[in-house]
Amino acid sequence: MIETEHLSKKYGDLVAVRDLSFQVEKGKIWGLLGPNAAGKTTTMRILTGYLPATEGRAVVAGYDVFEQAEAVKQSIGYLPEVVPLYPEMTVESYLSFVAEIKKVPSSKKAAAIDRAVEVTGLKSVRKRLIKNISRGYKQRVGIAQALIHSPQVIILDEPTIGLDPAQIVEIRQLIKSLKGEHTVMLSTHILAEVTQVCDGVVIINEGKLMASGSLDELTAAYKEKEGVYLRLKKIDNDTLNLFRQLSGMEKVQVEGSEVKLEWSKGKDLREQVIKLCLEKQLGLLEMRSTAINIEELYLRIVSGGIEQ
Amino acid sequence: MKAIWSIAKRELLSYFTSPIAYIVISVFVLLSGFFFYSLVWWFNSQALQMAQNPYYYQQVNINQMVFAPLFHNLSVVLLLMLPILSMRLFSEEKKMGTEELLFTSPISVPQIILGKYLASLIVLASMLILSAIPTTFTFIYGNPETLPYLLGYLGLFLLGAAFLGLGVFWSSLTENQIVSAVLTFGTLLLFWVLSWAGYSARGLWQSVLNYLSFFDHFDGMTKGILDTSDLVYYFSFAFFGLFLTYSVIQSRRWR
Repeated sequence: MIETEHLSKKYGDLVAVRDLSFQVEKGKIWGLLGPNAAGKTTTMRILTGYLPATEGRAVVAGYDVFEQAEAVKQSIGYLPEVVPLYPEMTVESYLSFVAEIKKVPSSKKAAAIDRAVEVTGLKSVRKRLIKNISRGYKQRVGIAQALIHSPQVIILDEPTIGLDPAQIVEIRQLIKSLKGEHTVMLSTHILAEVTQVCDGVVIINEGKLMASGSLDELTAAYKEKEGVYLRLKKIDNDTLNLFRQLSGMEKVQVEGSEVKLEWSKGKDLREQVIKLCLEKQLGLLEMRSTAINIEELYLRIVSGGIEQ
Repeated sequence: MKAIWSIAKRELLSYFTSPIAYIVISVFVLLSGFFFYSLVWWFNSQALQMAQNPYYYQQVNINQMVFAPLFHNLSVVLLLMLPILSMRLFSEEKKMGTEELLFTSPISVPQIILGKYLASLIVLASMLILSAIPTTFTFIYGNPETLPYLLGYLGLFLLGAAFLGLGVFWSSLTENQIVSAVLTFGTLLLFWVLSWAGYSARGLWQSVLNYLSFFDHFDGMTKGILDTSDLVYYFSFAFFGLFLTYSVIQSRRWR
């Protein structure tokens, strides 16, 4: 649904995006991750037709962004980082204006506004002036304008920035509800958001693609060892030796009140570990995977300079 | 056309939900009323004196003695006030971040520019219509010629349209409304004083400077003379301003 090939954008001597190629499947929610000034907003602006690329090609909803700009704009709903609102308008008149410039037929305009208001939960503020509603509602109005013409692709630049925790949860729920009917690409700094909302990520740094794929694919790809943390009633040398005797076990060490067990990638000793704990009555209280989490993955990719 | 009207409607809403349009229109109508009252008062006193002499009495002409100076005064007031109307057109969109919404919508840049320009023209027309209401009483109590009167207002509208074309251009260059207004005002003043330089110039320079001056083209219309070259001048000026706006927007987006 979204595809870029060797996309580059230069501002004079500054290269904001370099040789960026990735794909986003239809009906999925995809995150665009990267540190500040990584080129996330520039990439989104290129995809929406707001900025041209210096080199490369981008296809959105089957249309070439540069050759068929109008068709792309008709197929895209876009929420920029700064929510584009006119404070002097009411929510309803604003959505009506956006429906008109997004070329929603007059006969379908009222229904389109009703649907956007319904989906984004704006019913209670529908007749109020935008300048008088809360930040969370303003963000919702921004998402509503991106949805008004039922676009195939929705691009959201930092949709939860500046919101309080309750509002963040609400907006995440809202974004998740768009999955399936729309293909969503969102940029964010909040890694928890990615695990909660996204099916996959594109990680960029200094304009370069560092990694892209589903979260499972990426964690699998970047995991060097597999293992578990065990919380036991009693930890002593005898217990540790029991684990060391398991075939394929590579590392057994105590970390705080837990025991960390590691084995080589591709093997799975979890079943044997549990069996051993039960047979020897080691008092197993908790077992969790040592699988790499999104924060570690992100830091390893971005800071460690690992390139896929 | 529908997209242009959508943009214009929203722009009009912005004008009329902020104090700008009300203040600009009110001040313009107030000044127009003051000038008109003063000129009519002066005309009455002159007419009474001239009535003593049949030769001079034939020279009494309300169009030349009231309307022509009124239109000239109003043209200067427009020069002062229209930069305030045009200053926000693109500057505000840039500052508020709403230009991203406009430029990622399936409407063209010329449609956006024309929509905004149309809204400012509608405010200009409202200013002129409201300011013209008191002057219509001269048709009840006097006998002015209709054509010079109408051409005078047409001239003011065309002059204002040219001013606004230039104002749209400056507002597309900056997100600061004050900067936009000052640059528009400065450029308009420059074109105004071109005619002064024209008086001291000779030959081709004199013709060029006089042609470029706003007010030389306006003069004929206040006397009831409609010259196509004047119309071409105003349309070209407005078109040039809008074309520069288009170039600025495109160059910024395609750099």
